[in-house]
Amino acid sequence: MIGMPPPTRRGEFLAGLQAMIPLIVGGIPFGIIFGALAVTSGLSPWTAQAMSLIVFAGSAQFIAVGLVAQGATLPVIVLTTFIVNLRHALYAASLAPYVRHLPQRWLIPLGGLLTDESFLVSIQRYERGGDSPYKHWFYLGANLGMYVPWYLTTLIGILFGAVIPDASRLGLDFAMSATFIGMLIPTIRNRPVVLAVLVAGITAVLAYGLPNQIGLFLAAVLGVGAGMLGERLWPPAPQTLEAEAHEEAETNIAETRE
Amino acid sequence: MNELLLVAGMAAVTFAVRYPVLVLVGKIPLPEGVFRALRYVPPAVLTAIIVPSVLMPQGAVDVSPANAYLVAGIVSALVAWRTKSLLLTIVIGMVVVLAWRALVG
Repeated sequence: MIGMPPPTRRGEFLAGLQAMIPLIVGGIPFGIIFGALAVTSGLSPWTAQAMSLIVFAGSAQFIAVGLVAQGATLPVIVLTTFIVNLRHALYAASLAPYVRHLPQRWLIPLGGLLTDESFLVSIQRYERGGDSPYKHWFYLGANLGMYVPWYLTTLIGILFGAVIPDASRLGLDFAMSATFIGMLIPTIRNRPVVLAVLVAGITAVLAYGLPNQIGLFLAAVLGVGAGMLGERLWPPAPQTLEAEAHEEAETNIAETRE
Repeated sequence: MNELLLVAGMAAVTFAVRYPVLVLVGKIPLPEGVFRALRYVPPAVLTAIIVPSVLMPQGAVDVSPANAYLVAGIVSALVAWRTKSLLLTIVIGMVVVLAWRALVG
């Protein structure tokens, strides 16, 4: 673990950037893969790049591109993005008590650029405490430390994807499913999640023929309901909101679960 | 599809999740149950996308060796479970789908 950063704006900011380095390195391939898949799925390079620039939400971006490839409509993709990003509310709620004193001009970049990765290092900074009045500079450093590399690696992927003649000859048509499988498996940590996954999977197949991807939402809603029901059957140990957010972020960060 | 509108919509809903909560917590009470339900959202949504795409790539359920996606999906799930590495899962999944097509298809 890193020591206490110098209690200056610059010291905190640089410590926030530094804390992100291993996560940035781990994230490089995914930015490239996202960019390549986005353009081979039919999005224009500009749209793919704009997504990383102004949406900036890794998993949701992958899912959006997957839905574009399946021919989903715009409202479906936007609604799914909202649902998938809801977990960020958990992170924001955990960080809120630490940033309540800050003015609006701070809360916009701190909230708007929040990710699984920057949440984790920032909440750890707040938990380490100390009397530095500039901890929000650490948080800002962590957010920017994720934002800039994600943008740049997406660009590399787009340039790469644009010169691929036939994506299926490289197995790229399956890369999206493999990405989702790699994201899903680590979330299956207990019985309620197993139940949620079973119900969602069966519903998705049975409701596949319904128009407008209604099957997707039906499966998601029934899956979440099944998970909640599972909690009644197998009650989990009580956890604070902050501890829960921690666990959630760690599960969602690729390549760092050792 | 209007891609400009797509990106704008996605950006708006994403910001709407992250930012207001940061501001509102402590000022208005947030229901605990909502946060509990959130943990099931990613697994449910991901499953709802994955299962049809590997089980019924042509639109009908296909549980046969000719379905390379199903074979690669099973292998990918095993890799993800054993290694917990997303990158390894993607790379091996792509290799399996190509190899299976070359061998069977």
